[in-house]
Amino acid sequence: MATISPSTAAIVRQSGAIPGAEYLLEVENVGKSFPGVKALDNVSFRLKRGHVHALMGENGAGKSTLMKIIAGIYTPDSGSFRLKGQEIRLTSPLDALHYGIAMIHQELNLMNFMTVAENIWIRREPLNGLGLVRHEEMRRRTQALFDRLNIAIDPEAEVRDLSVANRQMVEIAKAVSYDSDVLIMDEPTSALTEKEVAHLFEIIRTLKAQGTGVIYITHKMNELFEIADEVSVFRDGKFVGEHPAADVTRDDIIRMMVGREITQMFPKVAAEIGEVVLSVRNLTLAGRFRDVSFDLRKGEILGFAGLVGSGRSNVAETIFGVTPATSGEIEVDGKPIVVKNPGVAMDAGMAFLTEDRKESGLFLLLSIVDNMQVALLRNSHVRVGFVAEKAVAALCQAQSVSLRVRTPDLDEPVINLSGGNQQKVLVARWLMTHPRILILDEPTRGIDVGAKAEIHRLISELAAQGVAVLMISSELPEVLGMSDRILVMHEGRMTGIVDRKDATQVKIMELAAR
Amino acid sequence: MASENSTAAAPSEARSGARRRLPPELSILGVMIGMMLLFEVLGWIFVQQSFIANPLRLKIMILQEAVIGIIAIGVTQTIIMAGIDLSSGSLVGMTAMVAASLAQTEGFSHAIYPGLTGLNPVFPVVAGLLAGLVAGLVNGSLIAYTKIPPFIATLGMMVSARGVADWYTDGEPIGNLTDSFAAIGSGWWPVIIFLVVAFFFHILLRFTRYGKFTYAIGANPLAARVSGINVERHTVIVYTLAAGLSALAGIVQTARSISGQAGVGVGFELDAIAAAVIGGTSLAGGVGRMTGTVIGTVILGILTSGFTFLNVGAHYQEIIKGGVIIAAVVTDQYRQRKRRSA
Repeated sequence: MATISPSTAAIVRQSGAIPGAEYLLEVENVGKSFPGVKALDNVSFRLKRGHVHALMGENGAGKSTLMKIIAGIYTPDSGSFRLKGQEIRLTSPLDALHYGIAMIHQELNLMNFMTVAENIWIRREPLNGLGLVRHEEMRRRTQALFDRLNIAIDPEAEVRDLSVANRQMVEIAKAVSYDSDVLIMDEPTSALTEKEVAHLFEIIRTLKAQGTGVIYITHKMNELFEIADEVSVFRDGKFVGEHPAADVTRDDIIRMMVGREITQMFPKVAAEIGEVVLSVRNLTLAGRFRDVSFDLRKGEILGFAGLVGSGRSNVAETIFGVTPATSGEIEVDGKPIVVKNPGVAMDAGMAFLTEDRKESGLFLLLSIVDNMQVALLRNSHVRVGFVAEKAVAALCQAQSVSLRVRTPDLDEPVINLSGGNQQKVLVARWLMTHPRILILDEPTRGIDVGAKAEIHRLISELAAQGVAVLMISSELPEVLGMSDRILVMHEGRMTGIVDRKDATQVKIMELAAR
Repeated sequence: MASENSTAAAPSEARSGARRRLPPELSILGVMIGMMLLFEVLGWIFVQQSFIANPLRLKIMILQEAVIGIIAIGVTQTIIMAGIDLSSGSLVGMTAMVAASLAQTEGFSHAIYPGLTGLNPVFPVVAGLLAGLVAGLVNGSLIAYTKIPPFIATLGMMVSARGVADWYTDGEPIGNLTDSFAAIGSGWWPVIIFLVVAFFFHILLRFTRYGKFTYAIGANPLAARVSGINVERHTVIVYTLAAGLSALAGIVQTARSISGQAGVGVGFELDAIAAAVIGGTSLAGGVGRMTGTVIGTVILGILTSGFTFLNVGAHYQEIIKGGVIIAAVVTDQYRQRKRRSA
C-alpha cells in the first residue's frame, strides 16, 4: 500500500480533505521484542474519532510499549499501522507529531529553567524577519491556548516554580497545542488532586467534542468509568479484549487483567517459619509512605504488592537506610536499631537487591569479581587494608558456579553480561555476606524465563535455610507463587496483609487499585 | 618502571587462562616508546644528535616531571572517583612557603621566624604536609557533605591557597634554606620519591579495600552507597591524600630550587590532570591506573624535553602539548565506546 510523507500528511490534514474514516487509528498484529522479552505479541488496537479509549493492564502488560509504538518512539518488529485509513510508518516521535499523534508521558519532560511559553512552543517558536523569537506573540498564543483549556497559569512563569500538578497541565496544553487527532495520555492523573482531575476531564471532553481521539492509560477504575468510551485490556504483552466501558463492570476488568492461570512453576518449598527477625512499626518517610508496620519471620517470604509508585520500593530503601526514615521504629531480633545508612543495615544482617540494576546496583565498567566482592569487603576478607584476593576469588567462583553465571572469565567487565547474568552477579554480591534478612526489589525484572526460574528456586531455598525474605514484585503470579504472606500498598499506605491461603489475584488487585 | 608493569599483571589476571587480556597501559607505553624514537630520528635529521643516548638530558627531563608526577598520583585518584582536583598547583605554592619558612639557615638575620632557624628538616617537611592535608580535608569535606561539585570546591581552594601563599610573605621569596633540607631535592631524590610514592599508591589502588572502594565510588556512587560503603568518609580521605601529595610535591620543588616561591606551581594542576588522562584515566570515573599515570607523566616530559632538544619555541611546545592531550582523550572515548558496544 502507498505511504505518504509526514509533510504531505500534515498539509492534507490541515485542508480537511481526508474523508472521515470511522477509525482514526488502526494497529493490527503488532509485535515487539526486546532482548530476552517478548513485550508485545500480535496485538491489535483501534481508536474511534472523538472517543476516549482506556487501556488497562498490570505493569509490564505491554500498554506502554504499544503506546510508544503509536507515538513513534519504538518501531514495531511486525504488523501494520493505519492512520485514518492510510497505511503509515513512523520512524521518530517527530514523525508522529507531524501525523497528528501526540503523547503525554508519565514522567514530565519539561525544561525547568525555561518559561511555560518557551516550553510549549519549543522548536515551533514564532520568528520575526531576523529569525529572532517573537516573545510577545508566543505569550499571546500561550494565553489563547490556556483560555481555550481554561487553565490559569502565567505563560511567563518558569517551569521550576510550578507545582507538579501545574507542570502536568503544561504538558497537557503542550500536547493539545499540536492540534493532534490522536492524543495519548499515560497515567496523566498520578500527580493531580481530585479538583485537577475534574479539570482534566473537562479538557478531555472538549477535545472529544472536536473529534480528537484520546488513548487513556490508567490504573484507576473510577476514572475509567467516568471518562472512557471503550476499554481494552492487556496481559503479558497480549491483547485480551475490547469492550464498551458501559458494558463492563470493575470485576470483569480485574478478571481480564489477571485472568491467566498460574502456569509458571514456582518451586515454593515449605519452610519452617521461626521467630520474628525484623519488626517494623509505623515506619514513615515524609512525602513517600506512612505508618507501615509488619513483622518478618525467620524462613518466611513476605511479598510486597502494589502498583508502581505505591511506595513499595521506598519502604525497602528506608528499611535498608538508603533513605532514612522520618519516623517509626525498626527492630532486628527484638533490638531497636537506627538505620541511618546501608552500613548499619548490613551490620544487622540485611541485604538489599535494588530495583534498578544499572542505576543502583552494578558498577558497569568494573569486573564481575569487583562487582561481587564489594559488599563482602565491608566486614571481612580484609587484613590491614589488603583484600584477601585469593579467598575472595574462590568465593566469587563458587557463587558463580552455584548461580550458574554464564561467563568465560570473572575478570570480564560486568557490562558484557546479559541482564539475567548481571542480576545473578548482584544476587551473588549479597549472598556472599550471608544475610539473615534479604530484601529483594523486583528480583526478576527484565530477565529471561530461564534465569527467572533459577532465581525463584534460589529464593525458596534461602527461605528454607532460615533466611527471612522480603520480596517486592509487580508480577502478581510471582508474588502469589512465592510468598507466605502478602503486604499490599496503595498510594503510600498499607492497605492490608493477606495470608497465602486467602490470597487471590483479584483480592490483591482490589487492595492495590481501590 | 619495568618492575611496575610486572606488578600490574596481578594474580587475578594471570588466572584467566583462555584469553588473557593485555594490560591497557601497553598501548600508552607503545606511544611513549614511539615518541622517543620519533625524537631520536628527528634529532639525527635536524640537529645531528641522539635524543636517547644523552643520559643528562633524560635525567633533567625526569627530574622536571617528578614534581608533576607526584601531584598526578593524587589527582588520578580523585579522577578515578569521578572527581577532579584543581587546587594542587596552588597547594604546591602554599606548602612551599610554609616549608621554606621553617627551613632557613641558623642565625639568618632576615628569617621569617628568627627563633625557628636551623631546624631539623623533619619540621619543615611535617609542617608543609600538614598544611596540605588540612587543605585537602577542607576540599573533601566540602565535596562530601555540602555536595558541591569537586570542580567548584577545588577551584575555590585553588584561588584561596594561592592567596595564602602570597599573603605569607607578601609575595617575597624565602631564601637561605638549610643544606639538609635542600638535600631532599638534590640528585635523584625527586625521582626516587616519585617512584616510591607511585609504587605505594599502585599497591594501595590494586590490592587494598581503599582501592576497591575508590573504583566502586567512581563507577557508581549510588551502588557504592547501597553496598555499604561510607561514600562521604572515603571522599574526604581521597581528597586529603591528594592534597597531601601536592604538599609533598611542593616540598620537593622548594628543596630543588632552594627557595620558597609563592608563585611556584601555577598550572601544575593542569599538567597533572593531563598526565592522568594521557595515562588512560577516564574523567567519567571508575577507570585508571597508577602505571598509566607514571607513563603519562613521562610522555609529558618527553614532549617538553624533545621539543627543547629540537629548538622548537616554547609557544609551539604548548600548542602541540594541547593537541596531544586532546588526542589522548579522543582515543580514550573511542576505546570506551567500542567497549560499550562490545
